[in-house]
Order: sequence, then C-alpha cells, then structure tokens
Amino acid sequence: MTAPLAAAALKDRYQLAIVGAGPAGLAAATLAAEKGIDTVLFDEQPMPGGQIYRSVGKSPVRDRAILGEDYWKGGALVDAFQASRAAYVPNATVWQLAPDREIGVSVGGAARLVRADRVILATGAMERPMPIPGWTLPGVMTAGAGQILLKSMAMVPSGRIVIAGLGPLLYLIAWQYLRAGVKIDAILETTPRGNRWGAAAHLPAFLLSPYFAKGRKLLSEVRRRVRVVGMVEDIRADGGDKLQSVTWARGAERETIPADLLLLHQGVVPNVNLAMAAGCAHEWDAVQLCFNPVLDAFGESSIPGIAIAGDGAGIGGAESAAHRGRLAAIAAARALGAVDATTFGWEAPRHQGQLARTMRGRAFLDALFRPPHSFRVPTGDTVVCRCEEVTAADVVDAVAKGCPGPNQMKALLRSGMGPCQGRMCGLTVTETIAAARNRTPAEIGYYRLRAPVKPITLAELANLPASPEAVAAVVR
Amino acid sequence: MFRRLPDGAQSLVTVTVDGRAVRVPAGEMAAGALYEAGLIACRTTPVKGKPRGPWCMMGVCFDCLVVIDGMPNRQACLTPVAEGMRIERQDGARTIAPMEIEA
Repeated sequence: MTAPLAAAALKDRYQLAIVGAGPAGLAAATLAAEKGIDTVLFDEQPMPGGQIYRSVGKSPVRDRAILGEDYWKGGALVDAFQASRAAYVPNATVWQLAPDREIGVSVGGAARLVRADRVILATGAMERPMPIPGWTLPGVMTAGAGQILLKSMAMVPSGRIVIAGLGPLLYLIAWQYLRAGVKIDAILETTPRGNRWGAAAHLPAFLLSPYFAKGRKLLSEVRRRVRVVGMVEDIRADGGDKLQSVTWARGAERETIPADLLLLHQGVVPNVNLAMAAGCAHEWDAVQLCFNPVLDAFGESSIPGIAIAGDGAGIGGAESAAHRGRLAAIAAARALGAVDATTFGWEAPRHQGQLARTMRGRAFLDALFRPPHSFRVPTGDTVVCRCEEVTAADVVDAVAKGCPGPNQMKALLRSGMGPCQGRMCGLTVTETIAAARNRTPAEIGYYRLRAPVKPITLAELANLPASPEAVAAVVR
Repeated sequence: MFRRLPDGAQSLVTVTVDGRAVRVPAGEMAAGALYEAGLIACRTTPVKGKPRGPWCMMGVCFDCLVVIDGMPNRQACLTPVAEGMRIERQDGARTIAPMEIEA
C-alpha cells in the first residue's frame, strides 16, 4: 500500500475503485491488488476498519479482553490490506457515483472527479432508527455510538445506564461495558414472544453456525450480572433539556427508571444513499424489513460495472462481508481480464462456499430479532424525521389529506430533506405511510435519493479541476 | 457523562469547547472533546430550538453539528482534533457571513 493519498495525488482513472474500508472493502481491495489490478480504496474515516473494526489498528483500549477476540480479528484484514499494493485514500467523502462510474470525492476539503472501469460499493450498514418518544433527547444515543466511543476513544459512560431494544449488538455492548467495569442499570429487551416461533424453523442451522457458541456465552454472562426485562412493549425517554428517566411498559406492568444514558438498538440496515443515488435498483425485503440492492451472485448491481459488497448488499455480518468483498473483487478481476476463466472457475466457488458458511445461522438471527411493528412505526408526537422535527402525527395527517408517498411527503413536510438525507427517517416514513394507507412498503417505495449524498461546499465544486475543453465550453 | 478508561499515555492536544480549554488525545474526533468538557448537548435545532447531542457517532445522523474554527455545520464525530481547535455549540441554523465581492 502506498502512503495515504491526498486529493492532488489522485489519478484521473483507476481500474477498480472501492468505497468503504470495512471488512468488505478491505478484503476486496486486497484481493484485487493481488491480481494486479490498479485499485483505489476510498474511506471516510482516518484509519481502515469501517465501523465494526473501527480503530482496530490504533484503539486506545489497552485491555484486549474488554472488546473481545472477534474485534481484534479485524486487524488481520487491515494488515493484509496495508501490505497490498492498493492505493488508499482516508478522510475521503464520496459524494457522488454516476452510472458511468465517475466518482465525485472530497479529500481534505478538495473535490476531485475520478473515473473507474469497475466500482465496488462497500459502504456498509447503519443502525435501524428506533423512534420512541423522547429519542431525540441529549443522553439518548445508539448502542453503536456507545461502542464507537469505547473502541476509538476508550470512553465509557458514568451515571445510570439503560440499554434497550433487540439484536446481538445489545448484548455485545453490555458485555464489553461489564468487562470495562461499567455498571448497567437495566436491559429492556423488545423481542416479542412470537419471534421465537418464527425463529424455531431456522434453529438447526443456527446451532451449527459460528454464531451459536459465541452468542450463548455472551448472553449468559450478561444475564448473570445485569437486570434484564424481556418482551417490553413500550418505552419512552423523558427529560427537559436532557434525558432524566426511562419508562417501560409490558401488559399492565409499568416502571420508571432514572437514567443518564439510554442506548437504543434494533438491528442494522444497509446504508443505501450512495447506491440508490447512483441508480442501483433496490427492493423491499419483507424478512429483514429494509431495502436491499438487487444483485447477482457476485454482487453486481442493476448497473453494469457497479457491484455492492458487505452489509450494504444485505445484512450478513462482518465475516460474510469479507467473503462478499472477495467475490465482487474476483468478478471484477474476471471482467477486467486480470484473471482467466480457469482461475475464476476454481477461485470464485471457494469464496461462495465461505460465504454460504458464514451466512448459515443468519436466518435464525433475522427471525428472532425481527423488530416489532410498534417500534418501527411510532404514533403521535414521536419525532419521525429528526432533522426537520416532523412527527408521526404529521405524517399520518398528511396521508389523510392525500399525500401518497415519501417523495410527496418531502415536499409537504420536508421529511427527508434535512442534512441526514433520509438516513434516519426513510424506513420509518415508508412504513408509517404504508400502515396509514394499508399498503406494503414495497408498494410505497422509498425516498428518491440524489448526489451529493454528503454535504459539499460550492467552493469545492467551483474548484474542481476542469479540462481545457470544459473551460472553453462556458467561457465567452 | 462519558469518562476515559485508564489507558497508556497518548499524546494530548489542547482544544477549547465553548471557550473552555480541554486536553484530548491527538487525532481523536471532536465529539470526544465535547464529552471531555462535560457537554451532553452540542446544539439546538433550526426548526424548534430543541437541544441535541450526538446520536450515531458514525457520520450518518448529523445531530453532532458544531462550529469548528468558525465554520458551522461540522460533524463533531468525523472531525479529528488539532492543537488549538475551537469547538463551539451551534444554536439553530448555520449563519453564512455575507461575501465581500470585489468590484
């Protein structure tokens, strides 16, 4: 790997451009570079690792036992990438991907347009919104946010802590906090009883998967040491200028817990903005309850030459992400002529086999941790669009007045028009409209997304290097 | 609200948060400095003036917007600190100073 590149050092064209330095991007870049492909990897963070392996090269957490061995495994992926010949551009925000594979990227306040013969998007996942009353109060954040503060800044919360929601990350962060000496006041689990029936069919595969042994150990350690309330039906956060208490309800039971920090989590979903803005087709997945890209067996999207790998291709976890990255890279290598049909013929199935192994057990997790409808579609004054402060009642009211979908909702209420560009509200708005109109989310659709998918100043755009022809075209 | 685990010596830099000096590890994201300074909320919203703090810590929620070195709408979770950096809470929508246009 060459030293991290600045904007001025970027070439105008690469054979393969990869966006995102999480497990998928790192694995893809490493394999592509091994095959002799001129590869560049863009990433928003200052160090490789994505979110799951964030700061793995330089975590200030000294005690390895706190974060667990799975985290440190990410180090091997980073090391292999850093030993490769792929170009690496950290602190790079990709704000545009055109269907002809022209990439708009901003590095250190300077924008550049870069072309690529093939693109792999590995922009990963983000946490599903969890719109409970009071979720916008300071002192309420995602479980992932708590984990990032721990991994990259060795920071842990003090005061009274409540963790709420469902999904493996809930227990992982609780386990990590306990190991770091943090006291947790309560875990409020929202997994409905009914989920167990849906999950039962997938249990055999789960028992054989790598997730079972790990999960069981984690769960039992946490449950021994923390008060866990199961099958919670309602949660609200209350406070004036910041969080002061968390109230939960289950049937006729109700309790208010004083709290300084509330961590919320109900699974992760693909971060679709760049892929959708590029025009890649997505479809509603009724099991995972999110929009996934339409891909072939090697991750190629509906746009030729643009592939998607990792959790952005569909939630599958970190190890699946690495295998998807390698599959997309070997397919790109074949398309670029860097590997012949024979090599492709025996290498590709190897990665497919590894992927099938790491995907085993995911169906069980998807079913067990299917977030309940009431936590996906809020009511009343609960904020739906955090940026523009649009409530659930506002959305339902607009539907009653004839607003048919999310894109009209944008114009009427400005939901989805704030700085996050619908990342925090898109799924909620789609499902709220679907519920109000008695349609499926597939029928309702999603926000139409466009570049720039991250903010860029006019000055940066104006300073884009322009060819002599481009200048002549506008100068009189 | 957030405290640091005891860790090995890291090189520290001094930044100011609303004028108050805090010492934070070099290269850490500005959001860490906010917590070091004891802040839970870092801004108030443009529409209804409500207090907000960081939500996702990974650059997708845009709730951690602060003014850094005079430039508003900077995401604290994506901006690494540097010696002498000035971090201030952002109240309401960003303001843009009118440009001086030379005749």
